[in-house]
Amino acid sequence: MVSTALPDSRWIARGEERTSLPRFLFWLAPWAVLLALGVYAAGLCLYYGLNQTNMDNRFAFGLWIFLDLGIIALGAGAFFTGFLVYILKRAELRPILNASVVVGFICYSGAVAILGIDVGQPLRFWFTFWHPNTHSMLTEVTFCISCYLTVLCLEYIPILLRNRQLRKLPSFLVFEHQLHKLVPVLAAVGTLLSFFHQGSLGGLYGVLRGRPFAFRQGFFIWPSTFFLFILSAIATGPSFLMLITATAEKVTGKKLVPYDVLRRLGFISGVLLGIYVAAKSIDTLIWLNFTSPSEGFAGWQYYMYKPFGTPILFAEIVLFGLLPAFLLTFRRTAAHRGWLLAAAFLACAGVLMNRFVLTVQTLALPTLPFDEFLQYTPSWQEVASFGGVIAYGVIIFSLSYRYLPLFAHSKGDDAHVPGH
Amino acid sequence: MSARYGMVIDLDRCTGCGSCMVACASENNVPALPHATARTGITPMLVRRVSNGHEGVQRREAFIPILCMHCEEETPCVHVCPQQAVEVDAATGIVMQMPQRCLGCRYCMTACPYHARYFNWSDPKWPKGMETTLNPGVATRMRGVVEKCNLCHARLHSAQEKAAAAGKREIDPADYVPACVEACPTAAIQFGNLADANDPVTRESRSPNTFRLLAKIGTEPKIYYKSKEAWVRALAEPNSAATGTLSASSSASLEAHHG
Repeated sequence: MVSTALPDSRWIARGEERTSLPRFLFWLAPWAVLLALGVYAAGLCLYYGLNQTNMDNRFAFGLWIFLDLGIIALGAGAFFTGFLVYILKRAELRPILNASVVVGFICYSGAVAILGIDVGQPLRFWFTFWHPNTHSMLTEVTFCISCYLTVLCLEYIPILLRNRQLRKLPSFLVFEHQLHKLVPVLAAVGTLLSFFHQGSLGGLYGVLRGRPFAFRQGFFIWPSTFFLFILSAIATGPSFLMLITATAEKVTGKKLVPYDVLRRLGFISGVLLGIYVAAKSIDTLIWLNFTSPSEGFAGWQYYMYKPFGTPILFAEIVLFGLLPAFLLTFRRTAAHRGWLLAAAFLACAGVLMNRFVLTVQTLALPTLPFDEFLQYTPSWQEVASFGGVIAYGVIIFSLSYRYLPLFAHSKGDDAHVPGH
Repeated sequence: MSARYGMVIDLDRCTGCGSCMVACASENNVPALPHATARTGITPMLVRRVSNGHEGVQRREAFIPILCMHCEEETPCVHVCPQQAVEVDAATGIVMQMPQRCLGCRYCMTACPYHARYFNWSDPKWPKGMETTLNPGVATRMRGVVEKCNLCHARLHSAQEKAAAAGKREIDPADYVPACVEACPTAAIQFGNLADANDPVTRESRSPNTFRLLAKIGTEPKIYYKSKEAWVRALAEPNSAATGTLSASSSASLEAHHG
């Protein structure tokens, strides 16, 4: 249906085709229900306390931290695309620049919202700024994520202000124009902040001397996981962006970006993934042969508990690392859309598995000689809260797609894109 | 002069009665939570039962009280706390937790290899009338913050006040004894100043029969264990064949305390 016939057509960019409003609302309805359930579950946790979760004194971190680390890694496509376009001048990636900002905004704001429920005293969040412990990786994470979320908001505002109705307000137009001039600077600042907090998230576990499964030696104050997290995030961020774009194309039934853009994202992702797999393999060998034995822990100890046997290590490095790296970079497989997207999916699954291993397996494994292997199953409140964040992401992305110029390839939008 | 308070716990004497756990909970106003489990309850002192992993006549068992080890080097919890809610008191060597500054992020709990830190998952509650029995020298902790053993710091304050009233700069060691040490019926727990070479605890800590848990990770814990049994001393090694659970007596003590 052509947008001029729609009740909300005056909010949709001129010449753009969007589905009917009832159909759009029908699409949003189940996500709105999931969001409402998530808000209810989060409300229970805030009102009654974290006894609503299945975390305990031994499993002090659970589903939320794993998924927070996961979506922040996947959201790395936002800063990395900005870095590639504005700093490395890869103009061919401009068509997905706006979408990358929205995906990044969703991932980071969602992660911060979940962290707000996960801490026992959320009203004390400002204590970290007031009494910062400069030795703590979590302090660095808090500072960088807060600053980077602000940067993402500043990057999202110009996209918002290019809505057809908002552009009619002269002051908004001027503001958007001025803010747009700042975007390259914001991209550079965002890159710096992101490099640090992606690394610090890896450092969170890498510095844990008391958890030999996670503890790593490193360079200066940074454990090796600091660098591995940066590498894995910038390797899989573009793959996630590719998956989101392909999903949007499937749902809308439209070609939103040229296939070459997806291929380019895939190639970048594949090359970086290959470097990551090599670095991760070397790190694993050093850890198993030197770091861990020096603390009195033999490597085999970590892999004697099901389901965390050696297959999980093999899967992480080969199945979800080496294989997608090959598929994304090999010309013949990358030319095939199905292989390209399957490889992107494997890469994203790999980074999630890495975050799972580092957060959940670390806590499940014994440290004292008389400890038992622990199990933990998240409560429905934990699952629903995170389901709410996913629903929030889908709703924000859907609204952004309908009313904002997300993909510069489509008609009638991004005037700043060269060649369009 | 700075002190380094620590303990030597004689595992051959420990009967696993759980008196230390009850005394600790009572002294430190640990709430009595009816739904608390072994993994969600607050037990700054926790007696665990360990065995040599054998069955039948070869089976040997021991009880091992686990509390904050008051690590001295690269103290894991102090390093990771984002807002300086944990610190090592330079005057005493005690690892202090400030619940009033705690964000409740639980990063310190993840960092602690001894699982000696506890989160307040629920609002603190006591059976009706029991509030009147709370220790006025110890503040109760609110929901959403972490707590742990602070070697009965309130008792140290009392000892310091007593010394000050008498015009002394140093406390009388007899005036500062943690509740668990006082309550142990077999005198298995010895407490003292490891910085004082003449302190019996310092001498005991150097005995060939003493060991520390996870000493190889290099955090220099100040809680020492002692046993004549070689398999018990092997607990110092992470890959010891020993197995362990919460002791039956400890569980009973927990249940008794939590009502």
